[in-house]
Amino acid sequence: MTFDYAPAPESRAVVDLASSYGLFIDGEFADGAGGGLRKTVSPATEEVLAEYTQGTAEDVDRAVQAARRAFEKWSALPGAERAKYLFRIARIIQERSRELAVLETLDNGKPIRESRDADLPLVAAHFFYYAGWADKLGHAGFGADPRPLGVAGQVIPWNFPLLMLAWKVAPALACGNTVVLKPAETTPLSALFFADICRQAGLPKGVVNIVTGDGSTGAALVAHPGIDKVAFTGSTGVGKAIARTVAGTDKKLTLELGGKAANIVFDDAPIDQAVEGIVNGIFFNQGHVCCAGSRLLVQESVQDELLDALKRRMSTLRVGDPLDKNTDIGAINSAEQLSRITELTAAGEAEGAERWSPACELPGSGYWFAPTLFTGVTQAHRIAREEIFGPVLSVLTFRTPEEAVAKANNTPYGLSAGIWTEKGSRMLWMASKLRAGVIWSNTFNKFDPTSPFGGYKESGFGREGGRHGLEAYLNV
Amino acid sequence: MPTTVPAYGKEAAGRLVSMADVTASDGALRRFLHGLPGVDAVGLQARAATLGTRSIKTSAKAYAIDLAISMIDLTTLEGADTPGKVRALCAKGVHPDPTDRTAPKVAAICVYPDMVGVAKEALGDSGIHVASVATAFPAGRAALPVKLADTRDAVAAGADEIDMVIDRGAFLSGRYLSVFEEIKAVKEACARPDGSAAHLKVIFETGELQTYDNVRRASWLSMLAGADFIKTSTGKVAVNATPPVTLLMLEAVRDFAAATGVQVGVKPAGGIRTTKDAIKYLVMVNETLGEEWLTADWFRFGASSLLNDLLMQRQKLSTGRYSGPDYVTVD
Repeated sequence: MTFDYAPAPESRAVVDLASSYGLFIDGEFADGAGGGLRKTVSPATEEVLAEYTQGTAEDVDRAVQAARRAFEKWSALPGAERAKYLFRIARIIQERSRELAVLETLDNGKPIRESRDADLPLVAAHFFYYAGWADKLGHAGFGADPRPLGVAGQVIPWNFPLLMLAWKVAPALACGNTVVLKPAETTPLSALFFADICRQAGLPKGVVNIVTGDGSTGAALVAHPGIDKVAFTGSTGVGKAIARTVAGTDKKLTLELGGKAANIVFDDAPIDQAVEGIVNGIFFNQGHVCCAGSRLLVQESVQDELLDALKRRMSTLRVGDPLDKNTDIGAINSAEQLSRITELTAAGEAEGAERWSPACELPGSGYWFAPTLFTGVTQAHRIAREEIFGPVLSVLTFRTPEEAVAKANNTPYGLSAGIWTEKGSRMLWMASKLRAGVIWSNTFNKFDPTSPFGGYKESGFGREGGRHGLEAYLNV
Repeated sequence: MPTTVPAYGKEAAGRLVSMADVTASDGALRRFLHGLPGVDAVGLQARAATLGTRSIKTSAKAYAIDLAISMIDLTTLEGADTPGKVRALCAKGVHPDPTDRTAPKVAAICVYPDMVGVAKEALGDSGIHVASVATAFPAGRAALPVKLADTRDAVAAGADEIDMVIDRGAFLSGRYLSVFEEIKAVKEACARPDGSAAHLKVIFETGELQTYDNVRRASWLSMLAGADFIKTSTGKVAVNATPPVTLLMLEAVRDFAAATGVQVGVKPAGGIRTTKDAIKYLVMVNETLGEEWLTADWFRFGASSLLNDLLMQRQKLSTGRYSGPDYVTVD
């Protein structure tokens, strides 16, 4: 007999889903101006979860007007008053965290283990952290009385729907701005639940507005003349389009875009922990992470040993029902994303890299992709250069620290990097040479509200999180 | 005992070297042990914590509970131990739950050497092993001839398994070869006249070794010297078995098996009191070493109070209700 883990599904009963959702404008849920309804599905089952409203330019305009009106009062409140609302929101998020974790897993496809243990604690932590800053802005290093910018138009991605909302909304409100936020078209639900939390917290009308819809809704928001600040997290392609739209206006802009991070393993690395870090680096959230460690750079002398250990470890990953508490890897977020991953991995094979996946049975319905490893990858392969945004790891090798630096930096991106070595001096030397916004050593994918996050080159500009994250929402 | 082991260090790249080279001198052994891959404490603890979040329910839980019971070295190691106490413990080991004869028996009864004969007689042909803590347990502070006599005495009295403590003083002061030779000597003392031998479990007292790097070195050192099992602790100090330390030892056993083909068992001991904890350890074994180690031949719990919690959980699963401490025996 074997030690098979019986299914341990988290109950869906804690989430009360409506069949249809409107937009959240000026403190009320309202019907759209005729853009129609869209469906959001569970990527694990393709079941339709709910309908939501396709926001139009007219809807965006109403939301921006509401935010503009609210800005006068909100920005005039003493910081300590704004902090009270943010603390209240943070506490409600904690109280409703189980409900929100299940909702996020239903709509996004990520394992409940991650939404429960990583996403939701971080969401609450961001609101707590920026609540703490609201009455101390004069001590943040941006002058004695830094002023808010006005109305922030925020567009967020589908990989961490609620966490990205928290990264954007918490600092904006703490600084005295009001917001119009557009969640991703495949994951709108947690933002709509957040709207309900704003009402529960008694947040003044119009301070937070949620307009759902597809890319055209986002484009209308970014182009609206009534906003003062654009914050976007998502693909580099859309980021470039936004930069073109905003160019020539006086709107402030921060972009947090794609990545192709190098995870660099030296021959003196703590091997067992490096393997865990590699797994966490690329398979966390199915690899739907802009700072994912998608390029493994391993020193040639330990290549065989490390890859054996990595394959052995990958064979223990459990892929399947995201609501099962024992699932390590959930569903790919959408059919479109699945086809992109499939296309790029096919290119990897066609270009001569060797593909490996552990034996694992994938569910019959929904969007699934087995954890995948490519060896024999070179800098010339597409899978070493393009962001795959899926559970696919490309393995390259190096011989010397200089070569590792050269290969790690040889990318259009620069969001994150990882270094694995027991030698402190080499770790610090490497960290000073790598051109990436976040560099982890002997760990990977660690996030904290106090730590700034953002990229170099095509990974965008501006920083979110920490004291640096305030700057993007203040007139400095 | 293996004849070759992997070379570690900068230029090693998977080469094998002979055991004789590695154990030729204190210096050679030190170079080998210090060349083992390092352990990142934060990462090790995080991995152990993640493995502890597996949700084991219903049929998997029932399986795990019976498996855990069958892996227990039911232990009494008190200065006040008497034949009566040992006999009572043996009876419990054979039929852990008097109300439910389907409960599996434990793996072994663990006693001081002078109680081996009593336990052996009480257990009869039940198939339960008698384990004995020899080698001046728990401090290990005695001359080698005394430790060897202690071991031979326990084996002669019928012990199936010997739990020896390493000389932590020698280990911490870097006299690795002395520790190695001592384990080898005790292993030889485990031999019986008929050519068979008692199984040797080597106890590190990980709470005293302090660092994770030391635990990995002690694991390799003991396995090189011929340990059949490696065991965390005596249960007599403040810090005993912990999930990270046990995980690290499981990883060392996995690497040793891959390098030499020799399978070694693991025994966390001390401080494991609840079913929930025991299941976390089983999950660690399952996901680090796999099924092959999920038997009493290769994994044991050194515990005295764990059994009753397992039995109460077992009763809960079969009846749907919690009973209470009066529904399991106090022995």
